[in-house]
Amino acid sequence: MYSQDLPSDRSLPLSAGGRLGYDLVQISRIEESINHFGDSFKQRFFTIGELNYAHLGEGLCAQRLAARFAAKEAVIKALKLSEAGIGWREIEVRKLHDGDCEIVLHGRVAQLARAMGVAQVLVSMSHDGDYAGAMVSVVFAQADTPPEFDSLS
Amino acid sequence: MDTADQAETQIRAVLRDYGRLNVDSNALDKGADLYQSGMTSHASVNVMLALEGAFDVEFPDHMLKRNVFTSIQSIRSALNELMAG
Repeated sequence: MYSQDLPSDRSLPLSAGGRLGYDLVQISRIEESINHFGDSFKQRFFTIGELNYAHLGEGLCAQRLAARFAAKEAVIKALKLSEAGIGWREIEVRKLHDGDCEIVLHGRVAQLARAMGVAQVLVSMSHDGDYAGAMVSVVFAQADTPPEFDSLS
Repeated sequence: MDTADQAETQIRAVLRDYGRLNVDSNALDKGADLYQSGMTSHASVNVMLALEGAFDVEFPDHMLKRNVFTSIQSIRSALNELMAG
């Protein structure tokens, strides 16, 4: 094995398990939700930080919120939380100074992720035309099959 | 039309307007899987917000589960629970 094949985070064991989540969202549909439901849509699903960032760029609000919506849904898929009954603001996409984004988990979602042995949640988002997508990779600290939400409740 | 029928009619109307179903919401069986009928996760969010407006209720976070919005029957059960509380 060449050294470049090693995971970037050397603190993780090479055998650490992982799961992927992916979601694709139509930006114009998100724009419709914003126009129709207004603040009840925005404030229900996005944190203040996410909304502040989305409103920074003129005409970019729907596109940025669509990418974040996709990222949250991808986290839910990767962590298998669709039946957990969680608040979407407990999954936050935070913009970093270097332009990258990171996922920050709060509250009950963070507790569930810790209980599953999640070591890292990585995200990659993209948009083109009328679509925004996000890929999330969850890395577990142990190679064993991680527990699912059902077994934690 | 009794109250239960009215509620179901309203649910079907919300699904018609916001569910992005690939079938007529009025033709759906009460127990039919809405996700299998074309509803996306984003559409389910719109359905939830529209139901809140139509029934003057608010779905708490712990009810934001896939199985709550999986059928007309499950939506009606959730609304009954919210309106009883």
